[in-house]
Amino acid sequence: MSARRGTTPSQTIGPFHRIMVPWEGAAELVAPGDPDAIRIEGRILDGAGQPVDDSVVEIWQANVHGRYAHVEDTREVPLVAGFDGFGRAITDGDGRFTIVTVKPGCVPGNGDTVQAPHMSLSVFARGLLKHLVTRIYFPDEAAANENDPVLLSIEDVGRRETLVAVRQEGEGTPPVYEFDIHLQGARETVFFDV
Amino acid sequence: MNHSIGYKREEPAEQPPYLHPEYRSTALRAPERPLVPLPHTLSEITGPVYGHEKVGPLDHDLTRQHDGEPLGERIIVFGRVMDTDGRPLPDALMEIWQANSAGRYRHEIDNHPAPLDPNFSGGGRCVTDAEGRYRFVSIKPAAYPWGNDANAWRPAHIHFSLFGAAFATRLITQMYFPGDPLLAVDPIFNSIPDAAARERLVCRLDLDHTEPEWALAYEFDIVLRGRNATPLEG
Ligand SMILES: [Fe+3]
Repeated sequence: MSARRGTTPSQTIGPFHRIMVPWEGAAELVAPGDPDAIRIEGRILDGAGQPVDDSVVEIWQANVHGRYAHVEDTREVPLVAGFDGFGRAITDGDGRFTIVTVKPGCVPGNGDTVQAPHMSLSVFARGLLKHLVTRIYFPDEAAANENDPVLLSIEDVGRRETLVAVRQEGEGTPPVYEFDIHLQGARETVFFDV
Repeated sequence: MNHSIGYKREEPAEQPPYLHPEYRSTALRAPERPLVPLPHTLSEITGPVYGHEKVGPLDHDLTRQHDGEPLGERIIVFGRVMDTDGRPLPDALMEIWQANSAGRYRHEIDNHPAPLDPNFSGGGRCVTDAEGRYRFVSIKPAAYPWGNDANAWRPAHIHFSLFGAAFATRLITQMYFPGDPLLAVDPIFNSIPDAAARERLVCRLDLDHTEPEWALAYEFDIVLRGRNATPLEG
């Protein structure tokens, strides 16, 4: 066995990434007209309730069938041509971000568990020396959410709902799910140690 | 089916904390509650995969993105991306961005009164090769003031963003230059508790990879977390 090498530490993304290395189209994983399209709309708010207007949000998710487009997902579940599961958006002056994607299917958890449909989400910003990781779950998956091993692992039961998006009614198509991220305060979002 | 073969956990002293009062912007942005431990599931051991299709042939050369040559000291920045077990990481997408040789970013919110360079944008991309190697050509960025206090200056640095093999190994960091006197007083660099871990963010002058009469070379290796050897190690 060779000696362990130490990892490279994280440093803040700072305020300038957004324009310096633009990635056209990264906020739309599918076309807005796709029959399965949904919109994730959210705001990022700091401890004073002020919008975080300089952050970068990334999502990683399975496709509608619950398959990840990755070599380590070896299950016989269909891939969807053109859907890679990665998205990136930046927040505007109101701290708002929008991602157009599809609702993922269920994916396996560890052991014999099944995870409810969810997206993994990373938040990068000035003032975050290391990015924050959270998950988006869906309000119309109540039964699956009740059995989701990750949601169940959150000991403070009242905080579990910070990970469940809110469906906006009457917005037409595509359906809109709102997911606000509170970095601090009474409604602080659950963040994970990955 | 068992997906419990995850990635090794970070050593806390090798990573910065969220709250670091000397870096003032952390005060309202660091979570106040402890993070919830997340076991590595299929969602964390998979991650975005990008091959060479995202990267143009000149994206790694920040000195050739315009008709003229940027001002400043030409540099080559190269190295290897590997895991803590020394295994190289091929096909990893890297993004870099930096200030110009006067310490100015090409960005509307950078109002530092240093000159812009019409021949320097400051953003680049590349993908690691089969041995995990990468190479950028650029110019050496300068220090710039950043408003953390009345007289705060960032040491010269290049920002690196890296997609590893999995969602769990995503890394954004900054590379610094050896011998920079501003490192001793920079709250962002010094947020990392472990001194040896901090030093891993400082590149190394490498005369062997220098191009004579053309550019200095700096080596910067990046190490991401390795896999748990067996599920039993948990
Ligand atoms: Fe910077």
